[in-house]
Amino acid sequence: MADAVITPSRGGGTSGGNGALFGLLNVALRFSPILVLCVLWEFLGLSGLVAKQMLPGLGEIGSEFFRMLFTGDLLYNTARSISRAAAGLGCAIVVGMLIGLLMATFRSVRLLLNPIVQIFYPMPKSALIPVVMIWLGLGDSSKILLIFLGCLLPVVVGTYNGARGVNPFLLWSAASLGASRIEVLREVVLPAAMPDILSGCRTALAFSFILMVSSEFVIATDGVGYMISSLGDGGLYPGMFAVIFFVAAIGFAADRGYAVLVRRLLRWREA
Amino acid sequence: MMQMAEAHPLAHTPEQKTPPPRRHISPKLVDTGVQIGVIVALAAIWEFGARYGAINPFLLPPLSTVLERLGDDVATGAVFIDLGLTLYRALLGFFIGAVVGIPVGILMARSALVRWFFDPLVSIGFPMPKIAFLPIFILWFDIYDTSKIIMVAFACFFPIVSATYAGCMGIDKWPIWSARSMGARDRELLWEVYLPMAMPQILTGLQVALPTGMITTIVTEMLMGGRGIGGTMIMAGRFADSVGVFAGIVEIIILGFIVVKSLELVRRRLLIWHPESRR
Repeated sequence: MADAVITPSRGGGTSGGNGALFGLLNVALRFSPILVLCVLWEFLGLSGLVAKQMLPGLGEIGSEFFRMLFTGDLLYNTARSISRAAAGLGCAIVVGMLIGLLMATFRSVRLLLNPIVQIFYPMPKSALIPVVMIWLGLGDSSKILLIFLGCLLPVVVGTYNGARGVNPFLLWSAASLGASRIEVLREVVLPAAMPDILSGCRTALAFSFILMVSSEFVIATDGVGYMISSLGDGGLYPGMFAVIFFVAAIGFAADRGYAVLVRRLLRWREA
Repeated sequence: MMQMAEAHPLAHTPEQKTPPPRRHISPKLVDTGVQIGVIVALAAIWEFGARYGAINPFLLPPLSTVLERLGDDVATGAVFIDLGLTLYRALLGFFIGAVVGIPVGILMARSALVRWFFDPLVSIGFPMPKIAFLPIFILWFDIYDTSKIIMVAFACFFPIVSATYAGCMGIDKWPIWSARSMGARDRELLWEVYLPMAMPQILTGLQVALPTGMITTIVTEMLMGGRGIGGTMIMAGRFADSVGVFAGIVEIIILGFIVVKSLELVRRRLLIWHPESRR
């Protein structure tokens, strides 16, 4: 969905040094509103219209960021957070695709699981934070389970919709050519459903970040969410702002990286 | 209905010599029956598994105990205070997000300056985990309702803007030109062409934003306390009151279901003229 807004500037940066320079200029111009916001931020802070504590200077935030980066605090906590998110999301993608495919293929599985999906899909998954807290305590496993549960349904629904939407002619021709049921699944259904599966995974990726940060706010002793809340509680606001912007940047980078990956994976479609 | 018709004497008219055709039950009805059966079976497994020791009742209290608590909460009115507060925060934040987001989206499609300013902000803001900004809003607006509602509005803003913008950009130029050539002014163009034609996309954006708003509300309540269903649940969790936690889950499922379905209903009502509702 975000792609609707993003209109990458295709003009310029084609080939050669001149084109690259032009492309760079284009990007700089495109993101200049960020600069406007930064100037506004500095101005509000310096003019004294807003309390210094509420809006620490950007320089201060930056230096705090590099301090945390060099002491290794930031990297350690980021690694902890990302590993939790990756574990939960990875399991959710594998299990979710399996469930989605089974639901699309077998009517009995569909009948069995559809009501569960229907009930739990609209439920805000963050409501499960106290439940996983009761089940698995405060350690890593509770957060991984939470992220897994939160990411599962988008993948299941994406896979199911994609697999159900496969052109029946493709299935029939594969079957008439003597493909077994498993082969049809692997060779026809899975590739044809890939775009839907991948967009389901993108939603899941976004959820995994939200759940990672919010569960670390509530129950954790490390990770970026814990870092933000402990810095905030300690009144170390420049550090808090630095980590918040850093987390936002990772979330953005992950989504953008995923979009690039998807374009790679689906290259065969455009051709 | 069917049974009543059968019991009616006129159902078997004398000239009917051949046996009446076997009434076949529509497969859709069977599906619905099976699905309801699945839910009932799950509820039964939950109840008996928890009651007769297969599952530790602290980890999963029996369904009947949870429902009992739910009944108590309904009787004392506590559930209405919680759900009302959560709904108030979620809907007000969602509403603010829509009131700001839809005009921004339309203006982005109409004006190059607005597009220049908002396009990068939206394309960066959309994929960011917005909940990370909560501590900033707490710092700026304190821990009471204001910061929660602003957080929700902030989270809802991005899907709404992006969908509105995409919807307006996708409008065919012909209707705009014809409206122009018939002398429509900007205001008329907005109400008669832009809004109706972008409406399906705008509604999709709202449908993405509303669950986002609910999630955000519950998380903010869990983090900041101050009643609401999220706050009550996290308190229950801290006091090891697992029945309370599961009662909260059931309440949230019901609330989420109602909210999502009502927006679907609104969509169907608003788009009654659109080909999509004729499917």
